Amino acid sequence: MRGLVALAWLALVGIAALPAPAAAQQQRPESCAACHLETGDERLANPVKQFGEDIHSAKGFGCVACHGGDAREAGMEAMDPAKGYIGKPERRQVLQVCGRCHSDARFMKQYNPALRVDQVTEYATSVHGRRLREFGDPKVATCVNCHPAHSIKPPSDPRSSVHPLKVADTCGRCHGDPKYMEAYKIPTDQLAKYRQSVHWRLMSVKGDLSAPTCNDCHGNHGAAPPGISWVGNVCGQCHTVQAEFFGKSPHAKVFAQMGVPGCATCHSNHEIKEATDAMLGLADQAVCAGCHAAADKGGKAAADMRALIDSLGGEYDKARAILLQAERAGMEVSQAQFDLNGAKDALVKARAAVHAFAVAAVKKETEPGLTISAKAYARGVRALEELQFRRKGLAVSLVIILAVIAGIVVKIRQLDRKEQRTPSP
Amino acid sequence: MGGSAKPHGRLWTWLDERVGLAELEKLVKKKEVPVHRHTVWYYLGGMTLFLFMIQVATGILLLFYYRPSAEEAYESVQFLMAEVEFGWLIRSIHSWASNLMIFTLFIHLFSVLLLKAYRPPREVTWLSGIGLLGVGMGFGFTGYLLPWNELAYFATKVGTEITGVVPLVGPFLGRLLRGGDEVTGATLTRFYGIHVAVLPLLTTLILGLHLFLVQKHGMSVPPGVERAGGARRTMHFLPNFLLRDLVGWLSALAILAALAAYYPTELGQKADPFAPAPIGIKPEWYFMFMFKTLKYLPSYILGIEGEIVGVVGFGMGGLVLLLIPFLDRRTARGEPSRLFTWIGIAIILYMIALTYLGYTEVATQ
Amino acid sequence: MAEETLDREPTRRGFINWFLGTSAVAFLLSVFYPVGRYLIPPPVAESTAGTVTLPLKAEDVKPNTGQIFKFGNRPAILVRTTAGELRAFSAVCTHLNCTVQYRPDLGHIWCACHNGHFDLNGKNIAGPPPRPLDPYVVNVRGRQIVVSKSA
Repeated sequence: MRGLVALAWLALVGIAALPAPAAAQQQRPESCAACHLETGDERLANPVKQFGEDIHSAKGFGCVACHGGDAREAGMEAMDPAKGYIGKPERRQVLQVCGRCHSDARFMKQYNPALRVDQVTEYATSVHGRRLREFGDPKVATCVNCHPAHSIKPPSDPRSSVHPLKVADTCGRCHGDPKYMEAYKIPTDQLAKYRQSVHWRLMSVKGDLSAPTCNDCHGNHGAAPPGISWVGNVCGQCHTVQAEFFGKSPHAKVFAQMGVPGCATCHSNHEIKEATDAMLGLADQAVCAGCHAAADKGGKAAADMRALIDSLGGEYDKARAILLQAERAGMEVSQAQFDLNGAKDALVKARAAVHAFAVAAVKKETEPGLTISAKAYARGVRALEELQFRRKGLAVSLVIILAVIAGIVVKIRQLDRKEQRTPSP
Repeated sequence: MGGSAKPHGRLWTWLDERVGLAELEKLVKKKEVPVHRHTVWYYLGGMTLFLFMIQVATGILLLFYYRPSAEEAYESVQFLMAEVEFGWLIRSIHSWASNLMIFTLFIHLFSVLLLKAYRPPREVTWLSGIGLLGVGMGFGFTGYLLPWNELAYFATKVGTEITGVVPLVGPFLGRLLRGGDEVTGATLTRFYGIHVAVLPLLTTLILGLHLFLVQKHGMSVPPGVERAGGARRTMHFLPNFLLRDLVGWLSALAILAALAAYYPTELGQKADPFAPAPIGIKPEWYFMFMFKTLKYLPSYILGIEGEIVGVVGFGMGGLVLLLIPFLDRRTARGEPSRLFTWIGIAIILYMIALTYLGYTEVATQ
Repeated sequence: MAEETLDREPTRRGFINWFLGTSAVAFLLSVFYPVGRYLIPPPVAESTAGTVTLPLKAEDVKPNTGQIFKFGNRPAILVRTTAGELRAFSAVCTHLNCTVQYRPDLGHIWCACHNGHFDLNGKNIAGPPPRPLDPYVVNVRGRQIVVSKSA
């Protein structure tokens, strides 16, 4: 049975791929718009109104490109099925309609050579596509659920439903709706959780559109859960260093055996928070404490790594503070401050090296950082000592001034005595 | 002693023939300072003058490195403090001496007020003295902004805003001071021009008049001392008084050096016009009593905005202070004038109390 | 008694005068020394926020190399491309403020902390950095390299 359905599916796609339509040489104006606007029925008029801003309209396509029929006819004859008119495409038909052009590399090249042409193939691998194919599921998303027909805009357009800032909303329309998703028995809190995450904050507050949203981890047309063995690869797209460390770490194998996901075990997934040093070690907010205790080897390593990072952080802050103090006092310490950047780098690297889950790896980064911090601190101390030198100079000049004052005072007394002896007339 | 003709060198004779040194010498030798229990107050004028000279000298030195623009002012001061040898010393002395100068100026003013030295024929000396006080405070206000750091920026913002409260001409004056609607680089350039050109010129003129009048009338003997009668003792200005002056000046210099070494003037953060105002903006201490008064005033007094009342009040207060020689008729007639003594003491106590409050109360804004 | 003081007077006065003179000279020296030192131009020619003259000769920067230099208090990087062109950028990675470096093997700028890559226009091309590096303007004045913030 399933084989048959698959075969039918392939046939559909295959047929769709065959006749590349005679492109956009549509004659305008079309008769469709005239009638649809006149009826006064919103349902009929809206597609026409919206289509003006659609990317396809901008590229010169008209209604017929998708709906078939003959727009040159003025009346109802335009919608003759014999002329290829299909009306509103069925769910499965949508794939065929869009794929007819979008899967045709030669055709697409005329309009957007950079655009991929594997969306339909990818869709077939997605949970959406599989459910549509296998069960004819009427609720799963097809092309038009994410790219609203008649008002499709490229992802770079801020008004587009697939602009990075809008993707979460677009997916959340279904996945954030508990009633709609009831039958599937999967959580519906992803959108709410994602809104709490560091990724969304980066994107929405800092305007970093390269921060990940739904499709960056789940894929877009091939949307699917990344899968346990995949999570590291997905996060590792951006967090390469950590992923590399993790891949070689003892956790990589153990986590796989235990059947728990890599990164997400400690960092969670949708509501991922900014990682802090507090996550490391065995203290209150530390995630390591979930499995490890102070007595076991891993617990000890966790505590040691935390101690290393804390000591570097502390030394760095100390050096920075003393240099700032010296700078405020008017000493020249900019070179020392400049060199101290190295300690900050080391701290960042050490935090990444934590993902090797080996004390030695962290130590390799913290040690040079500690050396740099100590040097900078020493320079700060020296600068403050230099202030003491100023005070020595001050002491010398004070002695001189006091000597002059003493001399003058003696002179004054001398004068007074002389005047007393020779009273003025 | 008198003008016993001492033998001078040939250079003296040469100069005397051309410049008239002998007359000067006679003038100086003739100058005498009365000696009584209030003589100590006579030193404060000279002390203020000495500190002003230090300001001129260090100010000129600072000009060699300072750049008056919003982009470079802070950096140039930083450069001066960090790279230029003894730059920290020159800047710290300039800043500390300005404070000391205003301080001695105030004491000089109050000693003159309480000893009634403003009585005829010294009214114009008093007027010029009040003028110098205004110029001195102007120096302080404009100079504070020049390093273009955060604290100075916001203090200036508040200070110029208060100017805008003055009825009728306020907004215009505020714009004129700021060189625009906001405190910007234009304000900095303006303040710089006022600080290094306009005010020094005014000072030269008023100070010249002030010193000329002091020289012309001699030191005023307090009416109380005059009435007590008794033998009037005097002291030669040269060398006796001047040497004592020197002791005071050198002590002031020693204190300045110590302050500069132990409490060097900090630079702080560069001003950022778009940053929120930092907590606890304070004006220079000599503006504190006014700043605090304005804070204490209720928002409305008799239907008029409290700030306006305050600003107008201070204006009137300044006018009264200026006109004291003409208001105090009893002193002018040579009678004791208790009322004006008490007025003087009240002003001093008010200023001390509000300044104290200004520095002890926890900043909430 | 009176005669004794009168006798001692000249030598005593002489001593006081000598003492006063010496200390006055010392005092003047202690005033003029710092002032003199103040007036001597400091070794660093001038300090502005906008430009820096590098302690490097233009011909010493070989093609396909990069060098970190100090721009104010922050690191900046000078790169000579394989084509021989000089370019300068802020060396502060836009991800977590690490100092970036030039990788001759890759031919572009790289941040070691989290493996961020920037091309020779400063654009972030791989890894976590969210923004390009700030570009600076490089001018060669004779043999001197002058880097300034773009206006």
